[in-house]
Parts: sequence; structure tokens; C-alpha cells
Amino acid sequence: MTRGIVGAAGYVPFRRLARTDIAPLFGSGGGKGTRAVASHDEDTTTMGVEAARLALRSAPGKVPDSLWLATATPAYLDKTNATTLHAALRLPASTPAFDFGGALRSGVGALQAALMSPGSTQLVVVSDLRDGLPTSTDESAGGDAAAALLVGDGTPDHPVLAEYLGGASVSDEFLDRWRAPGERRSRTWEERFGETRYVPLGTQAWTTGLEHAGLDAESVNHVVVVGMHTRAARAVTRSLGVPADALVDDLNDSVGQCGTAQVGLVLAAMVEAARPGEVIAVLSLADGADALFFRVTDARADWTPPRPVRSQIASGAPLAYGKFLTWRGMVTTEPPRRPEPARVSSSAAWRNESWKFGFVGSKDRSSEAIHLPPARISMQGGAVDDMEPVDLADTEATITTYTIDRLAYSPSPPIVFAVLDFDGGGRFPVELTDVDADTVDIGDRVEMTFRRLFSADGIHDYFWKARPLVRGDQD
Amino acid sequence: MASHGIKDRVAIVGMGCTRFAEHWDKSLDDLIIDAAEETFASAGIARDDVDAYWFGTAQSGMSGVTLARPLQLEGKPVTRVENYCTTGSEALRAAAYAVASGAYDVAMALGAEKVKDSGYQGLNAFPIPGDGTARTLTAAAMFSMVAPAYGKKYGVGEDELTEVLARISWKNHQNGALNPRAQFRKAVTTETICASPRVAGRLGVFDCAGVADGAAAAIVVRAEDAHKYTDKPVYIKALSFSAGSGSGLIDPAYDYTWFPECAQAAEDAYRQAGITDPRGQLAMAEVHDCFTPTELVLMEDLGFAERGTAWRDVLAGTFDRDGVLPVNPDGGLKSFGHPVGASGLRMFFETWLQLRGEATPERQIDTDKTLALTHNLGGYPGEMVSFVSVVGTELG
Repeated sequence: MTRGIVGAAGYVPFRRLARTDIAPLFGSGGGKGTRAVASHDEDTTTMGVEAARLALRSAPGKVPDSLWLATATPAYLDKTNATTLHAALRLPASTPAFDFGGALRSGVGALQAALMSPGSTQLVVVSDLRDGLPTSTDESAGGDAAAALLVGDGTPDHPVLAEYLGGASVSDEFLDRWRAPGERRSRTWEERFGETRYVPLGTQAWTTGLEHAGLDAESVNHVVVVGMHTRAARAVTRSLGVPADALVDDLNDSVGQCGTAQVGLVLAAMVEAARPGEVIAVLSLADGADALFFRVTDARADWTPPRPVRSQIASGAPLAYGKFLTWRGMVTTEPPRRPEPARVSSSAAWRNESWKFGFVGSKDRSSEAIHLPPARISMQGGAVDDMEPVDLADTEATITTYTIDRLAYSPSPPIVFAVLDFDGGGRFPVELTDVDADTVDIGDRVEMTFRRLFSADGIHDYFWKARPLVRGDQD
Repeated sequence: MASHGIKDRVAIVGMGCTRFAEHWDKSLDDLIIDAAEETFASAGIARDDVDAYWFGTAQSGMSGVTLARPLQLEGKPVTRVENYCTTGSEALRAAAYAVASGAYDVAMALGAEKVKDSGYQGLNAFPIPGDGTARTLTAAAMFSMVAPAYGKKYGVGEDELTEVLARISWKNHQNGALNPRAQFRKAVTTETICASPRVAGRLGVFDCAGVADGAAAAIVVRAEDAHKYTDKPVYIKALSFSAGSGSGLIDPAYDYTWFPECAQAAEDAYRQAGITDPRGQLAMAEVHDCFTPTELVLMEDLGFAERGTAWRDVLAGTFDRDGVLPVNPDGGLKSFGHPVGASGLRMFFETWLQLRGEATPERQIDTDKTLALTHNLGGYPGEMVSFVSVVGTELG
């Protein structure tokens, strides 16, 4: 029985901040390359949903036994965020959904726990939003992303793509990076101290992990060292002893250090890029070190990733630094002179869970008219309570008409709004996202994406928007 | 089952209307009292002579007490009605039916809205607790989708359509400029209209109705009693109402080039009134020009022009104050302003003045026709309520 990764996907948000755009404003900060930026309507939960949708699509028909979400930037505390993913993914009520919260190490921890739980399938979702005060290293070096890995035992229908060979963990209590609850930014100790800790920890985990996996360093074909401590990660990378061509892009120059999510994102990218028989490894440096080793199986040859990480990276669009600062709440710009929306009703949201979170409408059995939101009485023929659910979250649509609302309240005006006709039937007027207003046209193709519309009274309003079909959708 | 109407059974015998404006110095109570007192005087009666009241306000107050308190009505049946932007028309419809039924001899419909105390531009609906999935678009954005759909369907080019919409705005501002009760009393050039800042889609500020405070009211009695109150009663020929199911929003067959609710209400009203050629028979029409494309499409929904041809009529001046069928001679929502609960009654007020020859001379329509139409809608394309009335000065 082999165990390992049976499905995988990364999610890189659409917008990119050029790090060279920072210094012209403040006189310092920034760097080279870009970082990925979550849209104003995204958080770790919505990005996690997007990654998980892709991961499930990469293993059609595979139903996880549990859903684990790890993030250092949760949308809610106390309340479980994984249940929002659970609802958006329309998983059975009997599937448990748990958060691994708070620490940057929780991502690799969740993944390791899943790999060591034979006999079950976990959907491990890692998601993070990283930034810091303007001009800080965290602001420019950080990135926003999510990834989802389906971890399970191989079956004929869902073979393992990357078999887990083993790994090792080393834990140590020392203070390198920390953030008190409620604080907006992280703080770090003097960089040199962390480096003196992480280098031996990383080396130890790497060496022990190779032993556990029955490998030597020369046999590793793809490896990435991830972690927020850049100097330490570089130093550890130099000491791995792997062939030079085994060192894979850590995505720091394009996506940025995406914290909890990075281990999942680079693993997904490596599985997507690797050939059968190759060994891939990831070494994570966070409050210790964790090494994981996999061998890519023959099943990889027959597997088509639904939306490879590298094509998502290539399909991004630039974001002005001012917008970045606004979206992150670092700068407050003049809001539209309209009342802010009221908070969502908890009971109303619960009653409409499959609609609100799952984008499930209803179809009249006699007329086949599709109702969005679901209705009890048909708009055609008037049949009462004779509807079946119709799941449209993964159905593409065409823009029938659209408009741009410069007056309505939005966290980032103007609102681009379109009337959609779904393939196979169903119409819904809905907001567009990840779009520049002047590029929209009638006839454009779109897909649904799970977003956070606004927040009021500490309650996030999650619902669906549409976005242009992502260029580079194909492998 | 049928919509029989109450043709010639009820007459309007008194009306009043405040100026529609940003009345920073007037409260809702002030507006109510001003409109009510003018209306009582117009009918030559006192508050106590009115047997029942219907009060229309969209969101300036709740219950009949909002009217009974400022007017100090003691023990009268006072009902508040609300039906989106048709609220004022709905108040009159209720009052007229109450009189027609024989339940009361004299009824008053009063509509009022205090919009400008919110601190925000435009109209803002109060929040109803919900699941957070409802649209939060402005009305301007919803109606802005009509113009490109119309242009595409009927082959009207973008520039031509811009000219058509500007012509509608220009006309309504021309009319409002002459009207002492209108919110905006300035003629505006089409160049200014076209250059105005965009609000939604291609709609600019001058494509949108004015937002104002105001109140208007009417006294209705049985037709046979009308001459006790006035020599020039205005008889109700038709009252029609249509509420859409909202399915236009989710029905792929809906194309945003017409408002089915308005066409339905018009058809019913014409049947009640016995009108077969609205363009030829009507002396004038007041229609709900909340946005310029709305007025364009209404010309077809109300049967004033064939489908796909209203834009030519607009350019030809057919609906100008001196045209074949004057539309919105008082300035319309565009320049008279739109206090939601009052607008429907304001439309009746203009028919009251024009059919009785009491508009100021420079804006009095020169006609020997005796019928007028009011059209009032609420909601958005795809999810709308619509009201159509026909009134006239002759029985039969």
C-alpha cells in the first residue's frame, strides 16, 4: 500500500506587486521581482477554497475523509475557518473540518500529520497572507497564496502521484519571528541569531530524513527549502549536497514567501513539473525543521494538473502599489459616499448555506428552468416544491451584458457587474472580480470564484463572484 | 377573474404639491402639513371632512401614525403604504378604491419623502437582515444595462444613442426650468449633459433623476359628488398595477430592452379606460424617467411608439412639450426631483394642472384632448413594480 499525494494544486492570486514600485514612494524598501497579492475580496479562507477546488478537480471523484486548513492569518479566531471551505466544497456533513491555526509551522505540520495517517484521505489546505509595514522586508518579500494537497492511500481510481518515502522533524524553542494576537505585523530577532539556529536544525532534519526515506542526497531530483528566514534558507540550501540542477525555484521572486502556504505551493509545483521516478523533497524551516521526501509515481504520467502553479504565476496582472496599500488597510482612501453594508444575518446565511457557500441553485423538474438562488415555486409553469439542486460553482458562463457602478459601496470601487448566462442554462447577475473595468466585453467567458464581499461587525460576507476565465488554464 | 377598473366612478377634486427640493429647512412633518393644507384648500374642505387617509412613504416613517401625528387626525383610519418608487401612486389607488367601494365618501392620498436627511447622495434602502448574497448595485447601474441592450437590438449606434438619451434629459430640463415647483429650474445644454461625470455604465449625472424632499396629495370622492367640490374635477379612467415576479433577473429570455411589468400595466389601463391609440388620444403623459434610458424604453412599453422606433421620435421632438404627445411636461423625475413616496402623486398633480388649464401660461400645453396618463415604476429591470393610470376631465 503506497501513501502520498493523490491530488494537488496551488492557488496564486491574480495580482502582482512589482517590488521596484515600493522605493519610489517611500525612498526605501522593496527589491526585485514581484509578489503575489490577494485581491481585496480574498482572504486565507477564500484562497483556500480556490486551491481546494483545484485539488479536488485534480482527482475527480475523490472524497476526503477530513479537511484540514492551516494558516497563520485566519479570517476568524474561535470560529473554525475550515467549515467555510467545507461548505464551499459541498463536502458531506460527516466530513470533519479542522483548523491548524496560528503558527507558520502549522502548514507543514498538517501535511506531515496527514502523511502519517494511513487508511484515510485528508484534504490538507494551506493558505496565507503575508505583509508588513510599508518598506519592510516582510511587505516586499512576503506573498499571498494557498495550496491544497489530497493525501491518501493509492487506489486504482486514485493512484498516488507522489509516494511519501519518509522524513524527519526537529523542534527547538527559540525566538526568531513572532506576532502577538491582534498585532498587524510580525517582529523578528536579530537575523544572525536565527541563522545560527536554523542552519544546524535544517541540516539535521535533512540528514535524518534522507536516512528515514532510504535516500542519499545525490538521488534527490527536485528540492526546495522554504521558510521566512531568507538567509538561513539560502545557507541550508547550499549545504544540502544535492545535484545543482535539483535546486528548484522557491517562488520567492514571483509569488513571495507565502508563510504557511509555501510548503504546499512548492510541493504542488514540483509534482506538476516532475517526471515519474523522480525524487522530490521539501525542507521547511519554522521553529525547527521538517523534511519530507516523495517519489513521483508512474501515475503522474497520466495526470493532468487542472491549473499548474507556473501557469498561474505567468497569468497574473500588475497592481499599483497604492492599491496594494489600500487593500491591506495600510492606507485608508476616501470610500464611496454610500452607507456601508449591514452585517450578514447568521441564521439567514445558515438557512441558505448551499446557495451562499456552494452556489447551488435549483432546477424545476418539469420546465427545467434554473433558479438562482434556489426557489420553491418555478418561474415557468409554477410547479411547487418540485425542484432538484443544481450545482453551478464549476460551470462556466458567458457575459450577456454588464455595467460599471461607480457609486455603489465597494471596498475597492468601481464595481464591475455582469449578467451571466451559464453553459447549460441558468442566468445570474453578479459582480466580476480580478478584472480591469475597461477590458470587459459582452460575450466574454467567465468562471465562478469564492470571495469575501465585505466585512461588518467582524462578520465576513462570503459569496461567489465571477472572473474572466484564467488564461493559461491548460497545462 | 378580471381587472374591471373603476372608470368614471371616482374623481380627484383637490390636489396639492410642495416644491420638490433639498429642503434642508423642512422636516417630513413640514412637508406633509404643507401638501395637506394646500390640498384641503384646493378641495375647499377641512381635515375632519376626510373620512380615510392613505399615506405613502418608502422609508421616511412607518405606519399611519406618521401622517396622523403631524396632521393631528383623531380616530381616523390612516394607513401607510409602500411599494418601492410607486408608493405615491399606490396611496392614491387605495384611496380611490376605498371611495369606489362605497366604504367612504371622501379619502385623501398623501405621499411624502424626506430623503435629504440621510447624509448620502442618492436613495438608500434601509437594510433588511439577509444572507449577504443580494446585489448591492445602485439603481443607476441596473438601469444602465438597458441602453447598450437597446442599441444593440435595434441597431442604434453608440453616438446616436448618446444623443437620444441627452435629448430626453435636455427636454425634461427644459420643462423643469419653467416649473416653479421643480427641483432643478435650469435649462441644460446637450453638451453639458454629455460631458457630465459618469455614474454607472454610460450614464452620467444628467441621465439620473434628481433626489429631493417633497410631498403631494389628492382628495378623491365619488364621481357624482365631484361638483360639490370643484367645477373641474379630474375623473379616474383607469388604475392599473403590475408586480413582476423578479424572474427577469434570472430568466435567460429577458433582454433588458423593455419592462414587461410596464407593458402589462399599460395594456390593462388602456382596456379599463377604453383607449385604443394612446399616442393619438392622450393630451400628455407623466412617466417614470428615473434614468434617461428608462424614459426611452417606456415610450415603447406604453405604446407611444412601435418597438425599436422611440429613439427616432425622441430626436424628432414627438415627446416635447409642444410635440405630438408631451411627456413629462413638468420636468419629470429628472428635473422635478424624486421624493420616492411623493412622486406618483406629483405626476397626478401635473395632469390636474394641465387638464384643468391651470399650469402657468408659459408651460401650459395647448390641446383639446381631455385624457392624460401617469406611469410610475419601482425596482429594477427584471424585478419591477409598475403603475399606470389614465385620468380625464370628461365622463364617458
